[in-house]
Amino acid sequence: MDLSHIFNSKKILNIVFSAVFITAMIFSAQAQETKKAEEPHVTKSEINAPHEEKEEDISQTILHHIADSHEWHFWGEGENKVAVPLPVILWTNNGFVTFLSNKHDHNDHGTEIFEEKGQQLINYHGKYYYPNAVKNAEGAYVELDENAVPTNAKPLDLSITKNVVSLFISVILLLIIFTSIAKAYKKREGKAPKGLQSILEPIILFVRDDIAKPQLGYRYAAFMPYLLTVFFFVWLNNLMGLIPFFPGGANLTGNIAVTMMLALCTFILTTINGNKNYWGHVFTPHVPWWLYPLMIPVEIIGLFTKPIALMIRLFANITAGHILILSLISLIFILKSVMVAGIAVPFVIFISVIELVVGFIQAFIFTILSALFIGMAVQEHAEH
Amino acid sequence: MTILALNPLVSPDPGLFIWSTVAFLLLFFLLSKFAWKPIVKALDERERSIEDALSKAEMAKEEMAKLTSENEQLLKQARIERDEILKQAKELKDQIVNDAKTSAQTEGAKMIEKARIEINNQKIAALAEVKDQVATLSLQIAEKVLRKQFEDQTKQQTLVNDLLKEVKLN
Repeated sequence: MDLSHIFNSKKILNIVFSAVFITAMIFSAQAQETKKAEEPHVTKSEINAPHEEKEEDISQTILHHIADSHEWHFWGEGENKVAVPLPVILWTNNGFVTFLSNKHDHNDHGTEIFEEKGQQLINYHGKYYYPNAVKNAEGAYVELDENAVPTNAKPLDLSITKNVVSLFISVILLLIIFTSIAKAYKKREGKAPKGLQSILEPIILFVRDDIAKPQLGYRYAAFMPYLLTVFFFVWLNNLMGLIPFFPGGANLTGNIAVTMMLALCTFILTTINGNKNYWGHVFTPHVPWWLYPLMIPVEIIGLFTKPIALMIRLFANITAGHILILSLISLIFILKSVMVAGIAVPFVIFISVIELVVGFIQAFIFTILSALFIGMAVQEHAEH
Repeated sequence: MTILALNPLVSPDPGLFIWSTVAFLLLFFLLSKFAWKPIVKALDERERSIEDALSKAEMAKEEMAKLTSENEQLLKQARIERDEILKQAKELKDQIVNDAKTSAQTEGAKMIEKARIEINNQKIAALAEVKDQVATLSLQIAEKVLRKQFEDQTKQQTLVNDLLKEVKLN
């Protein structure tokens, strides 16, 4: 397994170094910022008791922003809210239940039971649960565990949520872009690329020459469709996640369900393409026989840690980027001064630019690691 | 599931998982069939055709170079041949001149020899004639002298006597 060529690429190295350096700078600047804020913060919290609650609110807001939702929220709160309600589809004990999310969103504290198709449900923080028989201390029909997550049973939620809409938009965009390019290739056969084709061709070639070929050797052609699909799917969704308004704004690649699905695809491809050599490496590793009881479980765990690492890496990187941007914006509200915007907004722009790079790098890393894992599964003989 | 349930952020939502699986697989199959296949094929074909064109250009260049060098060689050969011919012509000319000279010399020598022999012959003939003439003339002169001498009888008698005296001695 030779990754040196990835790190040899000067361009990528430069980007990574500058990204690390800049992030470090920003973090130190941020630390200073919070230090400065410390002094008035203490006095204020002594005078103003609900301040604690306010801070809790901000972390709640940030988590709410990066989480999925049953509506596409544009602006405004409460009565002045402008949002597009999305269809809710629930597979309940009584079969499918469907309604528009705005029908039951006026009470999301779980204090009110509503009925759809004879099925009693409650809305607790935008999620639908079966109600408990008795109310808890706050008057809600839920029972919370230590992390304030309801332990209630819930129907299978197949709703077209914000993330699902964003997913559909990205899928449609990808289909339109790449079928039109494919048409251009057919029409202008053997000619120089033009327009959109010339923008995306270097990236397609990048996937082929720098990701697929080095990892998969001559077998690269069979896996090109998967690698290209994964790369452009992840990249486009990373970029769409950075757009703060419609059609972006959904944190799709920062959602663990999506990264899990992608990692699972790579895992399945690796497993079904694994040859004798690959499985031999797992069950008869090149160690003395008495190490087998240790090595075989390690190798089997290794099979699963690879896709899990893929899943968590993409999820954590994208979510972290979103949290960072939201936190910087929230500084304005934490410090309760518009003047902070003078510092926070340039930082947000800065981080957003870095996120653009991270969006590409994470797509690249997800794809190259997928290619690497598949390559390990299909290589003819161990090279050590 | 208890570990994953710690934070709603890290607990995968089954609905989204199902939708994303469906959407991603659909995207994968549609793009594979309608986009990646023709695109990858077109790229490969174009690369191959560019490579072909480049190798053909290279071949043409080599051909040209070969032709040029061949031409040069031909030219060089022609020049060498021309020099050779000129040299031969010069040699031939020299030889002809030389031959002409030697033959002229021998011819001249022969003619001179002939002339000398003729002159000699003529001289001998002339000398023989002069001898004849001198002999005749001397005979005539001797006759005339003798006649003059032997006009008187006594002188004749003395001569006979002298001659007789000589005989007696023998």
